[in-house]
Amino acid sequence: MKKKTTMTVTEIRSLAEGIFSMKLRYPEGDAPEKVLPGQFAGLYPNDPSKLLPRPISICRWEPDSGELQFVFRVAGAGTASLAAQKTGDKVDMLGILGNGYDLGKLAGKRVLLLGGGIGIPPMVELAAALNGIPGSEVKAVMGYRDSSLFLTEELKKYGNLLIATEDGSVGTKGNVLDAVRENGVTADAVCACGPMPMLRAVKKFAQEQGIPAYISLEERMACGVGACLGCITKTVKTDSHSHVRNARICTEGPVFDAEEVEI
Amino acid sequence: MREETYRSKPDMTVNIAGVELKNPVMTASGTFGSGMEYSEFVDLNHLGAVVTKGVANKPWEGNPTPRVAEVYGGMLNAIGLQNPGIDVFIERDLAFLKQFDTKVIVNVCGHTEEEYLEVVERLADEPVDMLEINVSCPNVKQGAIQFGQDPGCLEDITAKIKRIAKQPVIMKLTPNVTDISVMARAAEAGGADAISLINTITGMKIDIEKRRFVLANRTGGLSGPAIKPVAVRMVWQAAQAVKIPIIGMGGIASAEDAVEFMLAGASAVAVGAMNFHDPYLTQKVVDGMEQYLMRHNIQTVRELTGAVQ
Repeated sequence: MKKKTTMTVTEIRSLAEGIFSMKLRYPEGDAPEKVLPGQFAGLYPNDPSKLLPRPISICRWEPDSGELQFVFRVAGAGTASLAAQKTGDKVDMLGILGNGYDLGKLAGKRVLLLGGGIGIPPMVELAAALNGIPGSEVKAVMGYRDSSLFLTEELKKYGNLLIATEDGSVGTKGNVLDAVRENGVTADAVCACGPMPMLRAVKKFAQEQGIPAYISLEERMACGVGACLGCITKTVKTDSHSHVRNARICTEGPVFDAEEVEI
Repeated sequence: MREETYRSKPDMTVNIAGVELKNPVMTASGTFGSGMEYSEFVDLNHLGAVVTKGVANKPWEGNPTPRVAEVYGGMLNAIGLQNPGIDVFIERDLAFLKQFDTKVIVNVCGHTEEEYLEVVERLADEPVDMLEINVSCPNVKQGAIQFGQDPGCLEDITAKIKRIAKQPVIMKLTPNVTDISVMARAAEAGGADAISLINTITGMKIDIEKRRFVLANRTGGLSGPAIKPVAVRMVWQAAQAVKIPIIGMGGIASAEDAVEFMLAGASAVAVGAMNFHDPYLTQKVVDGMEQYLMRHNIQTVRELTGAVQ
């Protein structure tokens, strides 16, 4: 069930330039029963001039402590106000939103996890979930701008990790697919989150390999719950909501089978 | 003794064109879907009415993305009235809404006169309490807003819709006009049972780093608290111009805002963009208005309408 909850900041720290990690704890007894990798929440800036929740993917869910970890890039004044929160501060959150990765389709498979930039954080929760499924294997390839890496230690816990950097300072020079090709990585399925050019390349790569690709899309959102129809993506088939070819990223997504969307 | 009775139970009912609402709080079209998405947050039985997202004779794809952008104290949208068309709407959305004890107001959109009339006709025998005609969407290129910006066209389409509509007709007015009272009078002259205002104010946002328009549609409709003073002023002006009831909206973020619209001349109010900020807001506005009445020892919410001095 979705709800707006006042969360408590339990940790806030900078992971790299402009990249922040924030942990938010649910009030006692308010935590959801289940959080799936790839789901997201709407975080409200602590600024009355900013009305809309910022959609941010879940990096980690710690059910024992009732804490969600978000890793986000400061992209404007709203995310800057979130980054300026201190431990103990309150942050309003709309959650849990969207559909995550379908673990049933990934169980027992060698899964290639591709994350680009601020698309990396949801891959941590996905890697952890897959690591807990017997027979599943995680092969993570993450792409960064330069040597200011983040979340690499977390990802290494759950599988093999390769790195690509745009400037070549760490790992393969280039993007995640350059690293995949350079290292001859093979897999049964690919899960990806990152900028649109990367996702288009991932879709093509998966087609060449004849394997399914599950990609997480982003778009400017308003309501986050499927009412405003702000965040649509073009789909191959008629969508179930508006009966055109527009799926709502916040509701039918953000994770889609790459073959079902026109990107 | 009597005073105590009033304090505990103010009368929240309002009557719009013969339809009695349990309270004056509605949802603004386009901000609440067809109620389904927000029924997880709000008990729809507690609302005066649910006003649906605009529905056309056929499915509409709407505009390319980005469709929304945040601005100071508000937001811009250029959804382009994406909707599933009247058939799916009746079968799915209307069936869903009829489970609740609230009034259902269907917002009707179209590119041409014929398209509006087709939807109105299709709804004639459906369990719908009122129709709201969207002649004021700023994001649809053909039709729509022209009907709302020319008093002659507005009167004409109102009269044509009234001829075939079986439910009371609310004409939704655009604020993107020189004199709102002229438009209000045109709707009244055409036979409208009520008017609702304001729709969004046309706006624009430019990304200065990329030197590009933020919205794919370039322009979008501004909503949210940023527009409230304009909306209150226009509701007041319209109230001076016509006798038919007015449904006031534009940036309502609290019960106090809703009361302000009532005092300006509205008989009912609608909560719009701020549903996105607080999905529980409609219920809070109902509760807060009731508390306002108790605090001021006012017997009925209807006393607020036009009570500004």
